[in-house]
Amino acid sequence: MPITHEKRNTPLPENLAEDQPVIAINNLDFAYPDGHAALYEISLDIKKGEKVALVGPNGAGKSTLMLHLNGILKGAGELRVGGFPLNKQNLPVIRALVGLVFQNPDDQLFSPTVFEDVAFGPLHMGFSEDEVIARVEEALAQVDMSGFEKRLSHHLSTGQKKRIAIATVLSMHPQVLVLDEPSAGLDPRARRGLIQLLNTLPITMLVSTHDLRMASELFPRMVIMDEGRIVADGLTSTLLRDESLLEKHGLEKP
Amino acid sequence: MLYSPSPLHIPDGFLSLAISLIFWAITLVILSTAVKRTETLDEKQVPLMGVMAAFIFAAQMINFPVAGGTSGHLLGGALAAIMLGPWAGMLVMTAVVAVQGLLFQDGGLLVMGANIFNMGLLTAAIGFGFYKAAEGRQRKLKLFAAGLGAWLSVMAGALFTALQLWLSGTARLDIVLPAMLGVHAVIGIGEVLITVAAIAFIFKTRPDLLEESESSAQNGRGWIVVGALLSLGVVLLSPFASADPDGLERVATDLGFLEQGANAPYKLLSDYALPFFRDSAFSTIAAGLIGILVIAALVIFLARRRSIRHTSHN
Amino acid sequence: MHDSLFDRFREGESFLHRLAPTVKVVITVLFILSDALLPDGHWLGFGISWLTILLLNLAAQLGWSYTLKRSFIAFPFALAAITAIFALPGETLAVWDFGPWHLIATDAGLLRFLSIVVRSWLSVQVAILLVTTTQFPDLIHALEHLRLPRMLVTVIAFLYRYIFVLSDEVLRLLRARQARSAIPPHQRGGGSILWRARIAGNMVGQLFLRSYERSDRIYNAMLARGYQGHLRTLNRHGIHTRDWLLMTFAIFLLILLQLFAHLG
Repeated sequence: MPITHEKRNTPLPENLAEDQPVIAINNLDFAYPDGHAALYEISLDIKKGEKVALVGPNGAGKSTLMLHLNGILKGAGELRVGGFPLNKQNLPVIRALVGLVFQNPDDQLFSPTVFEDVAFGPLHMGFSEDEVIARVEEALAQVDMSGFEKRLSHHLSTGQKKRIAIATVLSMHPQVLVLDEPSAGLDPRARRGLIQLLNTLPITMLVSTHDLRMASELFPRMVIMDEGRIVADGLTSTLLRDESLLEKHGLEKP
Repeated sequence: MLYSPSPLHIPDGFLSLAISLIFWAITLVILSTAVKRTETLDEKQVPLMGVMAAFIFAAQMINFPVAGGTSGHLLGGALAAIMLGPWAGMLVMTAVVAVQGLLFQDGGLLVMGANIFNMGLLTAAIGFGFYKAAEGRQRKLKLFAAGLGAWLSVMAGALFTALQLWLSGTARLDIVLPAMLGVHAVIGIGEVLITVAAIAFIFKTRPDLLEESESSAQNGRGWIVVGALLSLGVVLLSPFASADPDGLERVATDLGFLEQGANAPYKLLSDYALPFFRDSAFSTIAAGLIGILVIAALVIFLARRRSIRHTSHN
Repeated sequence: MHDSLFDRFREGESFLHRLAPTVKVVITVLFILSDALLPDGHWLGFGISWLTILLLNLAAQLGWSYTLKRSFIAFPFALAAITAIFALPGETLAVWDFGPWHLIATDAGLLRFLSIVVRSWLSVQVAILLVTTTQFPDLIHALEHLRLPRMLVTVIAFLYRYIFVLSDEVLRLLRARQARSAIPPHQRGGGSILWRARIAGNMVGQLFLRSYERSDRIYNAMLARGYQGHLRTLNRHGIHTRDWLLMTFAIFLLILLQLFAHLG
């Protein structure tokens, strides 16, 4: 006697045109309701298959920018995901295209069991029961956590929680993975495992991090933010050699 | 011990079947209204109520030494209702009491209706009613109202627990009532101190949160009346019952609740007849209860009709 | 610390573990109901019920005394029932005078008191058996099957998930309080009650704010995964023929016990 849910399918473009940027941001400004400005004139294109590190000091606006990619925050300016302009109508599609993983896995994993958490996305996209179960299995396999379906979230280690958190959005088959500080709070071994995982996932990525060593290892392109602006955007290897730039924005050469 | 059972969590076996079922019925009627009322609120309400239930649960672990090895801690019904509004507060407290009973056996299952009523519904109604009465006044007055509501909410819970035990033939009223009220008069002080300090802290750091919950319950004037009536009941009934337990005992015996020497749970189903309608005393109570339920349903229905018409006019 | 305090489930492969959670909840409630319906002093009936619990303990591979050892939580409450000894008319066993109270212990009263304690003790044991053989998330699914309002079930699920997170926060707050309140030996420290209460209140306030902000972040995480104000769940616990059969059998036994207790 399973409790079923209404069927609702959002039409999803499975394959975007190769030349089309997955994320296109043009002149985005944002200020919080209390008047505190957080983003100025952000312009950023991310192409399919790119792996981009987003670095900068705390309060630079990295998390605020990430919340925009999913339409949770709405600033002034143009933002397109997979060619769809961000508006209320496109919101379900955009949220399926952008897999946003928050920094604290205890906020990301809000269900009692791993299965329920990984199934949350596909369920709310309106997939059938079989499809949901298949997607959960597949996503868990992708993060190397097969067989963890019945485990309780509070029994997991931080490293395991981070992996499951990534699986919760992989199960939605996103076009781009947006991660906020994935390596924060991990011990060296768990961090190493996470780096290997991110290396093997064949998907476009935008990852905010303070971990410049991970950035140099994983992400060919790097975007530096400070005080709400993008101050540099280029090859990671080039930017990491520019010591005066790094120092100016509170970063340390790895 | 971090997790200390409060003397208000009644275990199974201590209440008669009749009392257990009556309080399940009352609790279910009130809860179904609470569910309807909260469903129409902001969609953010779901995670908020969920985390708040865990908050109340965790806050009950925070204690402070009072004297002689005893410590004060929180029940939280008044606090939850003040922070979230009465209906959401009731649901949150229901979840807390339900998990304590289900997972920790702190309170029974058959008697859970009574436990939810005593610790969740009464406390939320009284706490919110008092706080609401001070709406728009100075903060000091609001804190005073919150404190008074918190104390009375604990006393109301204790009073009802004592009455339920006595009506079930589990305890002698002239002993259990003063004992319950006496103990909770002290426990209630802990409730007051923590509730007031917590609200004062939030006034200082995030006053917007408290103003938000006030405006979301604009039409909550009725709660002042509910809170006042319930407290009046506590204030009037407690001394009367303590001073003249025999009087109350006679009333209950006449109503058929107390069959001295008889076996209440056994009697109830032994005649293969509908338990409530066999005995004339029980049928009186049943009729009274059905009357109350019908009136409650009517009031709720009319209130909903009014609010629907109200919104459709706008 | 959670593992001992908040987790009541014990891993196992017994038929009790495999029984559909919904069926287990129903049988548990009926068992407690049957307890309540046993007449005062029907020791044989109580004994049979306890024997059943012992057998179920064994069947669940818990060892025969598992629930017994954990069943004393309700005992402090027995204090409230002690007065039942003096509440019923019957053959006088003893008379005491305590201040304003004239206490006559009767045989009927004693019988009532003992029966209440035994009933509560049996009920607690069967409830312990339920949570020991059922993962709490499965119990939450059972509540959903039993048609509890979705809203309430969801609040309970969140409560369960975040007990662990928030109690860790409380522990950190308590430790921080402890670390800052150095009390010289043999001295009363910690200021007045009011001051201590204010510290506790501040901690509660702080916990509230953190929880409130956390609920905001959770809401965002839900939105990011397609939540639009209407929760969907996938509840895979089917009730199979075996479960129906077992439930019927359990109900049959309980009815038999009641018939025996009331007619026999």
